[in-house]
Amino acid sequence: MSHTPDTTSAPVRRGGLAALWNRLPVVHQVKQSMGLQRGMLVTGLVITGLFVLTAIFAPVISPYGYSQLRDANGPFGAQVAPGGAHILGTTVGGYDVLSRVLWGAQTALFVIVVAVLLSIFAGVFLGLVSGYFGGWLDRILVVVCDAVYAFPSLLLAIVMSIVISGGKSDLVGGVVAAAISITVVFIPQYFRVIRAETVRIKAEAYVESARVLGASNGRIMFRHVLRNATRTLPLIFTLNSSEAILTLAGLGFLGFGIEPSAAAEWGYDLNKALSDVTSGIWWTSLFPGLAIVLVVLGITLVGESLNDLADPRLRGRRSVGKVVSVVAATSVVPGGTLTGGPGGLDGLEGGADGIDADIDSFTDEGFEDRS
Amino acid sequence: MTTVAARPTAPQGIRRKRTSPGGGIGRYIAVRFLLIFPTIFILVSMVFWLMRATGDPITAALGGRLTADQLAERIHAAGYDRPILVQYFEYLGQIFTGNFGTTISTNKPVVDVLLTYGVATAELAFYALLVAFIVGIPLGMVAAYFRDKGQDASLRIFAILCYATPVFFSGLLLKLIFSVWLKVLPVAGRATTGSELQMQFLPSKTGIYTIDAIMTGNPAVLMDVLAHAVLPAIALGLLTAGVFLRLVRTNVIGTLGTDYVDAARSRGVSEFRLVSKHAYRPALIPIITVIGLQIALLLGGAVLTETTFEWKGLGFMLSEFLKARDFVAVQGIVALLAVIVALSNFIVDIIAAIIDPRVRY
Repeated sequence: MSHTPDTTSAPVRRGGLAALWNRLPVVHQVKQSMGLQRGMLVTGLVITGLFVLTAIFAPVISPYGYSQLRDANGPFGAQVAPGGAHILGTTVGGYDVLSRVLWGAQTALFVIVVAVLLSIFAGVFLGLVSGYFGGWLDRILVVVCDAVYAFPSLLLAIVMSIVISGGKSDLVGGVVAAAISITVVFIPQYFRVIRAETVRIKAEAYVESARVLGASNGRIMFRHVLRNATRTLPLIFTLNSSEAILTLAGLGFLGFGIEPSAAAEWGYDLNKALSDVTSGIWWTSLFPGLAIVLVVLGITLVGESLNDLADPRLRGRRSVGKVVSVVAATSVVPGGTLTGGPGGLDGLEGGADGIDADIDSFTDEGFEDRS
Repeated sequence: MTTVAARPTAPQGIRRKRTSPGGGIGRYIAVRFLLIFPTIFILVSMVFWLMRATGDPITAALGGRLTADQLAERIHAAGYDRPILVQYFEYLGQIFTGNFGTTISTNKPVVDVLLTYGVATAELAFYALLVAFIVGIPLGMVAAYFRDKGQDASLRIFAILCYATPVFFSGLLLKLIFSVWLKVLPVAGRATTGSELQMQFLPSKTGIYTIDAIMTGNPAVLMDVLAHAVLPAIALGLLTAGVFLRLVRTNVIGTLGTDYVDAARSRGVSEFRLVSKHAYRPALIPIITVIGLQIALLLGGAVLTETTFEWKGLGFMLSEFLKARDFVAVQGIVALLAVIVALSNFIVDIIAAIIDPRVRY
């Protein structure tokens, strides 16, 4: 897109130790944001931070273990209403709801970290190789990734978890199976973004000069291209994290969860709460569900804010004025709702879609820049 | 999610096109159509190899219930002891002729299962899309008009909440509020037994309960069927509504800044008309593109929604087959869904190209 010069020139290229702090992915964005956007970003960061802290300190803050059924006073009892010793009540299986909600954060965080790390490594590597070398390998990988990408992710995760764990799950096996199942769903997303960036960067002058200087393919790929192609990774990372939680919960809800004796998992608890609801027992479903919603909300707020900040058309007005100053000076828009001015047809195409689709506008930018 | 499987290939199309000018909508449709086959082939193959990596389906489904000899006999009868490549090509051939295998747990052709329960899923998806349109599009326009104001902020949070709430959780909450506490809507299922019995005796059943209920000519049955559809449709529809809301917002914001909207405003066109007609119309195109992707999301969501509400559709059956460890049925359903997703993406691409010439370049 012609009017977005600042996003296409990678910030990595600007040097200086003093600016290092400001260039850190999230810090930079918080500074850049303003008003409502900053509010959303900060809210998201706070929720996400709380989630991570809960996950880390779950053993300390939760009153009971996730698989604890009795204490010194005897068994907890099933479906005990909230209050007293069990602030959020107990489940149909006789577990403490609060403890399982808190421990569930740990499972969720673990799955996110494993899933996202695995998919970043696999997706980035494949995207880099595919985009850099091109040819038939590139064609095949693109078609395969597109096919996988278009498929309902939950179904793919189900198939994967059948393969990995045979549908059964224990402590590590269940968590890792869930994480790998989710990884497979995510690889195409990283692949597409990194490939598009690689194709674009490959044509840049500095890559050609590196080649002239005799740098090896590996060095060009990992030093020159990769470093500049990772611009959008934090964004996909956050979007994927929230999707990972939803997929994990979905798997758990369908019975591919992790057994309650192995770990706490929100989706599994919701599945068990399904029959409680009919008899008016609300606490077994409400709290694990709210935990999912809150965490996904927090991470999505961060992701969406990062997305908007990366897109000049959606960034706060001050920044828009800065980027498209020429346009802003010449067009008169009543009410000041200038949104990228005569982005015209590009404006229609670019940020076309929902959550994930905004990433694609980056992909397309990459192509357009090249053509 | 997932913007159009075909999208990244489209820009490649431009590059190729620049070197060899010519070709119009006909060529575009042909290319798109041919792209369906590799997509289906890849997904079906992937599902086959993945599922078969776990071992043969008979042992998975019946292992432990039969003796080793009985198992071996059934495995041999079903041909699962032949070389895997032979089975693979046979499977591909079967899929090509529309044969998706026979379920192990119920011993029915998978195609029958698909036909019986697919209509239920289609009915649910239709209502869900309806909810998504009714909720998402107007709210998206409102959010765009009040950009960066309080209304916009709350609507955007609403959109994120729609996405952040798993359908089974919103389903459980809706059940709790409307069925258990307020007792105004049924808890689960597609109809009461009484209504189902009445529809059972229809001479030409469609399986689409809404149509069947109309054909009984009994308004009570129709009301019953519709009442059962309300909560699942809302639970599944809100998931998509959030996506539509964001999409409409982003695009209307884009068009609101264009010159022709300014021109219309200076002519004295009312603000309401500006948003609902002038800015909204061109913003519709991306929505059409995304509906294709929503079908994938809807199908995934339908599995969870149907399980939550015991809505006896494909998703519900899929989770039943999963519980029964009937992987032939699972494989068949997943393969069919792959075909549906590929086909719907194709259709949506074509519609988008007809409406918007820029898409096909």
